[in-house]
Amino acid sequence: MTFFIGRRLAQALLQIWGAITIVFVALRVLPGDPAELILGSQATPDQLTELRAQLGLDDPLLVQYVRHLGDVVRLDFGESWRQGMAALDATLVRLGPTLSLAVWAMVFTVVLGFLSGTYAARHANSPIDHLISVTSLVGQALPPFWIGIMLSLIFARGLQILPSTADGTMASLLLPAFTLALPFVGWLGRLVRTGILEEMNQDYVRTAQAKGLSRRVVFYVHVLRNTLVPVVTMLGLLMGNFIANGVIVEVVFAWPGIGTLLVDSISFRDYAVVEAVLTVVTICYIILNLLVDLLYGYLDPRIQLENA
Amino acid sequence: MTERSPQAYGQPPRDGGLLTRLLEVDGLAVEFDTRKGPLRAVRGVSFHVEACETLAIVGESGSGKSVTAQALLGLVPSRARITAGSIAIEGRDVTGLSDAEWRELRGERIAMIFQDPLSALNPSLTVGYQIAEMFRRHRGTGRAQARRYAAELMAQVGIPDAARRLDDHPHRFSGGMRQRVMIAMALALDPVLLVADEPTTALDVTVQAQILRLLRQRREADRLGMIIISHDLGVVARVADRVAVMYAGQIVETGTVPEVYGRPAHPYTLGLMRAVPALRGTGSTLTAIEGQPPDLAEPPTGCSFHPRCPLARERCREEAPEPRELSHGRAVTCHFAEEVLDDA
Repeated sequence: MTFFIGRRLAQALLQIWGAITIVFVALRVLPGDPAELILGSQATPDQLTELRAQLGLDDPLLVQYVRHLGDVVRLDFGESWRQGMAALDATLVRLGPTLSLAVWAMVFTVVLGFLSGTYAARHANSPIDHLISVTSLVGQALPPFWIGIMLSLIFARGLQILPSTADGTMASLLLPAFTLALPFVGWLGRLVRTGILEEMNQDYVRTAQAKGLSRRVVFYVHVLRNTLVPVVTMLGLLMGNFIANGVIVEVVFAWPGIGTLLVDSISFRDYAVVEAVLTVVTICYIILNLLVDLLYGYLDPRIQLENA
Repeated sequence: MTERSPQAYGQPPRDGGLLTRLLEVDGLAVEFDTRKGPLRAVRGVSFHVEACETLAIVGESGSGKSVTAQALLGLVPSRARITAGSIAIEGRDVTGLSDAEWRELRGERIAMIFQDPLSALNPSLTVGYQIAEMFRRHRGTGRAQARRYAAELMAQVGIPDAARRLDDHPHRFSGGMRQRVMIAMALALDPVLLVADEPTTALDVTVQAQILRLLRQRREADRLGMIIISHDLGVVARVADRVAVMYAGQIVETGTVPEVYGRPAHPYTLGLMRAVPALRGTGSTLTAIEGQPPDLAEPPTGCSFHPRCPLARERCREEAPEPRELSHGRAVTCHFAEEVLDDA
C-alpha cells in the first residue's frame, strides 16, 4: 500500500511538472505582448524594451522556462498588474467560490445520477427507464450557457424565487450549481445504469440469490458496491469537468470564482494571473485524481495486490 | 452444529422419519425464449434424491443439466421458465413459490455451489462477511456471533488459520480454498440438499480430489442429499451413488454407478464411456461420438439421439422412445437397449 501511494505521488509530481510546462509554452506562443498592454499604445519603443527586460521577456525561452520553474516551486507567479497584488493571492481568493460551486454541482450530480441510474436499472426497459434516458440525452446535449440563461430567466426573472447572481447566500448557489451539474446527471445516470446491469449478470449475484438473500440485500449489499468501483474513478474526471465548465457557468451567473478571473485576466493579458489560475486548477485536478485512485484501491481490494 | 441451527417448527426430522425422499422431480420442462422461438432446454426430466445419497447428472454442455440444477433452486435465467412438471423438496411442491417463500428454502433447505468459485464469490466482500451473512440474514444472528460461526465453519471445511483469514477477500485464496469457502457458505445453515454444479471443473486435479473428499465427508456427517452436475465421468465415479445421463434436455439412462459404468444401456452412454481414456485399460481405442448435439429449437424427430447413433434405424427416426425400466431403479430411453447391453 505504501508503495502504491508512493508511486502515485511520484506520478502526480510528474504530471504537475508537465502541466506547468504546457501552460508556460502555451502562453509564450499566444499572440499579444504583455509589455504593450501594460504600457498602452502610447508607449515609446524604449519604454517597451525596458519593461520587457524588467519582466525578463527578452531572455531566451529556455532561460525564462528554468526561471519560471524556480518561481513556481517557490509559489511565486509574479504580480498581477491589473490588481496590484501577487498573482497567486489573487487566484486563491477566488478559489473558494469555485470550489463550493463544484462541490455542490458534485452533490447534485451524485445524488440525482445515482437515483436515476439505479431506478432505471431496476426497472430496465420500462417506460420510466426510457424517459430517464431521453431526459439524460437532452440534458447532455444542451449547452451549459443556454441552460444557465434559461434557468435564470425562469427562476430569477419569471418566478423570482432565486437570485440570478452571486449574493453570498445558499440560494444563489442553487442555479449555477444545478446548471453545472445537469449535463453530468444524465451522463452519470447512464453510467450507473449500465454498471448495475452488467454486475447483475455476474456469477456472484446468482450465488447471493442461491444463498436465499432478499432482492434488496442482493442489490444494495452485493451489486451496488461493485458498481461503485468504476463510477468513483469517473467522479474524479467529473470534478475536473466542473472546474472547466465552471468558467462558462461562472460568467453566466457573474459568480466571483476562478473562472471569471481567468476570463478577465486573459482579456487583459494579465499573464501572471492566467498562469497562476491554470497551475492551481491543474494541481487541484491532479490531487483529486490521486485521491480517487487511493479510494479506488480501498473499494476494490484487488488493486493493491496487482500493484504490490 | 445443533446449537447453531435450531430446527424450525413443523419441519420433518432429518432422519429416522418416514420422509427420506428429499427431492422428487417429475416431468420437469424448461423453455428459453429466443428470437428463433422457444428453445426447449429441458424436456420432461424426472429423478429423485434420498437422504445421504449422491445423484450425478452427466452430459455434454448444452444437454440441459445446468438449467435443471438452477431450476431446483428456482433460479432459472430470466429468459427461461418452467413450462411443465413438478419439483418437490421434502415433499413440498416448490414450483410456483413466491420470492419470499423461495428465500426461506434457499440456504436453509437446499443450497448450491458453482463451477468457478472466484466469480461465484463477491470480489469486494470478505469471505468472513459472505459466510456470516447466512446467519445474519436468515437467523438474525448478531455480527460478532455470526463471525464466530463463520470461523468455525471455515475450520470445519479445512481452511487453515480460519479465524485470521475471515477478513481476507476471495482473491487472496487459492482455487481449492475458495471452493471450500463456497462449501462452508452453502452448508452454513445445515440444508438437507446440496446441488453442486461442476464443483471441481475449474480446479487442479490434485485439488479436485480434496474437494470431492470434503463433499463426501460432509454428506456422511450431515446426511446430505447431493446432486452433482458434471461432464467428467471420472469425478462422477468417485462421488456418486447413482447417475442420470442427460442428452438434449432428456434423461436417457439412469442407474447406479456400477450398473451404468459397467454395462451402459443407451448408445449415448456407451459412446461417452468409450470417449474416456482408461488409465489402466490397454488396447481399447478411444472413439469420439460423431456429429453435434441437436439444435433444441428444432429437435430431431423420433429419438433425439438418432442422427448420431450408430444403431439408428427407421423406427428411431419416427418414434420417440419412452423411458422404460430394465431392472429396479434402472431405466433407459432407447428402443434397442438390449442390443447395447449385449454390445457392452
